[in-house]
Amino acid sequence: MIRMLENLDRRWIFLAMALCVSVPILVIGLTGVTFPETPTPLAEAFFDEVDRAGEANGRRANVLIALDYDPASAGELSPMSLSLVNQCAQKGHRMYFISLWPVGPQMIEESIDKVIKRFYPDLVYGQDYVNLGFKAGSEQVIKVMGIDLTTEFRTDVEGTMLSQIPMMEGITSLEDFDLIAEISAGYPGSKEWVLYAATQYDIPLVSGMTGVQAPQNYPYYPTQLKGLLGAIKGAAEYEFIVNDYVREARVRSILAANGIDEETSLGLSKQLDQISTWTTSAEAASMSPAAKAELIDVATGATPGEFLEGQRRMGPQLFAHLLMVLLIILGNLVFFAQRRRGGSA
Amino acid sequence: MSSSASEPMTPAQRAIWAIVCLSILVIVVVRSFIGDGMGRVYVEPKPMDFVAEVTTSTENASESTTSWKQVSTVEFDAYVSANGYTNTISWTEYDQVPPRAYFAQEAAGGGSIVLSWPRTIGLWLAAFFTLAIFSFLYRDNPFYKFAESVVVGVSAGYWMVVGFWDTIVPNLLQRLMPVFSKDYLTPGMELPPGGFDPTNLVFLIPLVLGIMLVGRLLPKCGWLSLWPLAFIVGTMAGLRMVGYIESDILSQTKETVIPLYVQGENTSSNFMMIWSTIWASLAQILLVIGVLACLVYFFFSVEHKGAVGKTARVGIWYLMITFGAAFGFTVMGRIALLAARVEFLFDDWMWLIDPMQQREFISASVGLLF
Repeated sequence: MIRMLENLDRRWIFLAMALCVSVPILVIGLTGVTFPETPTPLAEAFFDEVDRAGEANGRRANVLIALDYDPASAGELSPMSLSLVNQCAQKGHRMYFISLWPVGPQMIEESIDKVIKRFYPDLVYGQDYVNLGFKAGSEQVIKVMGIDLTTEFRTDVEGTMLSQIPMMEGITSLEDFDLIAEISAGYPGSKEWVLYAATQYDIPLVSGMTGVQAPQNYPYYPTQLKGLLGAIKGAAEYEFIVNDYVREARVRSILAANGIDEETSLGLSKQLDQISTWTTSAEAASMSPAAKAELIDVATGATPGEFLEGQRRMGPQLFAHLLMVLLIILGNLVFFAQRRRGGSA
Repeated sequence: MSSSASEPMTPAQRAIWAIVCLSILVIVVVRSFIGDGMGRVYVEPKPMDFVAEVTTSTENASESTTSWKQVSTVEFDAYVSANGYTNTISWTEYDQVPPRAYFAQEAAGGGSIVLSWPRTIGLWLAAFFTLAIFSFLYRDNPFYKFAESVVVGVSAGYWMVVGFWDTIVPNLLQRLMPVFSKDYLTPGMELPPGGFDPTNLVFLIPLVLGIMLVGRLLPKCGWLSLWPLAFIVGTMAGLRMVGYIESDILSQTKETVIPLYVQGENTSSNFMMIWSTIWASLAQILLVIGVLACLVYFFFSVEHKGAVGKTARVGIWYLMITFGAAFGFTVMGRIALLAARVEFLFDDWMWLIDPMQQREFISASVGLLF
């Protein structure tokens, strides 16, 4: 057995890894079942910071969303972007998209198409969200934006002058934003936003990042980074929180539209698992049958596949990690067996 | 432990891998004949018709402004039949729609949704390049070499175009030659009063420095590039020094000078309060010990013996745990990327799974296979 392991062709390991990843994807893709997620304080902090953005100033929040990644990292980071845009759109924040990566504008377009255009068609470009596109210059762009944003960004991605975009009125520098939310795949990314925006101008910053970057950014939490999403695990946790939040917010808006007071609707929206009970009780007595049907549909309907990407990818993670653990144990067994025989390790 | 991919394979290994590759090919061929096929992209044409609206100034009849109003196809046809194509612009945009919409349209007896050949070919090319890159796991081969060369070439071309349109045009040409830029490059830009802002002459300096940097390409003028390089290095060093001192030294030092005793959350249970106090205080103590131990490990002016050696040893343990966490995160990241590509192959290309509910008809038929 040990002899066989010593001479094992590494391609068998590749094949085992391919099976560990592809079989769970097939099973999850066909059944739609994902593993349950328990959000950690880091993901909760990210969500809370986005949720309360603008509250201190008593206005609709201006959120600068920097998507600093390319398709090579989209598998890890795209779920974070989609959930971030979903939360901001549901909350009613104004979204200003930018990117310090050349392929970033395509990632912005993808987030806008998949979330805003599909699920929030009422949002108006130029009033609720704007795509400022890519700017070359890495951290120097951040530095200049801290002084005068219009020096770097004179037009949006389509070439429209910023002076003609209503939501750009009053936005002159980074300090006019209530929050910077950044999704990063490397340089320039989280580190540069911490260095030149969060620390120097004391602007709240939350960041989602690849697994490779996460350990070096942990020291910045919670002072310089108010929330941190590390790798696909962070994305899945955040996705889970945002999906719950969006579902509850939609239930509350239906209840409010049907004359249920805010306090009651807040309590009811926390009991979605008992919706078939409370829609027939006194609290929802005033609602029409059509409104109740809509309410039950929103509360129990399937979450769109776009907002389950991260949670779906945690399935293959489990089996691939188990394989890795097994391989590390086997590797050590071979190592000690060789040493016992007096061979070179 | 393992043989290198460049070493020749045994006949048995060769047979096994041939079976694996053949199996993939058979699955793809069989899959393409099941249900509604695979790997197709559908689009819906969306006409974009605009008619010019000329507004004459109330104060000066010779002054007029032109704005473009989007109209419906019916309105556009009526306008064209009355006035001809003068003062009109029209084009067609193609929005991608889920295959489900196409099948529903066909069931209802036809409509405007059509198969997009360019996007379908693009999808198959993406699948081919994904498999070509994966084929390197088997061994180096012409497919991998081809895919690698295409990535390098496309990236270089993309960077060049992006560099021109996102850096040279807005940061240089629009400032030094605004009228030329508006006429030939970016018609949407606003001209400064008088057509030129004299303060923008300062942008001649980066122009000259940029030309000097290109001097590296000429053997006799290579020395010219040293000045702009010195400028770049000096600027970046200054910029980063300030940033790092403020963020990584001052702020991080402040965050490390913390009380070792932390009062836990005030809960109704005394046990929970004591527990959270112990836990929070322990975290603070471990943090301070970790920082000091790692600093001692990197302090090489004193020999690592006795107390210093033991503290440095603790520092090594902290570093090892950090490296382990970094490795774990890296593995997680790489597997997520692999999962995303496999999802692309199974979902967009082979139509085996349907997590986005794009092809309900197909997923139902394929689901029966499993």
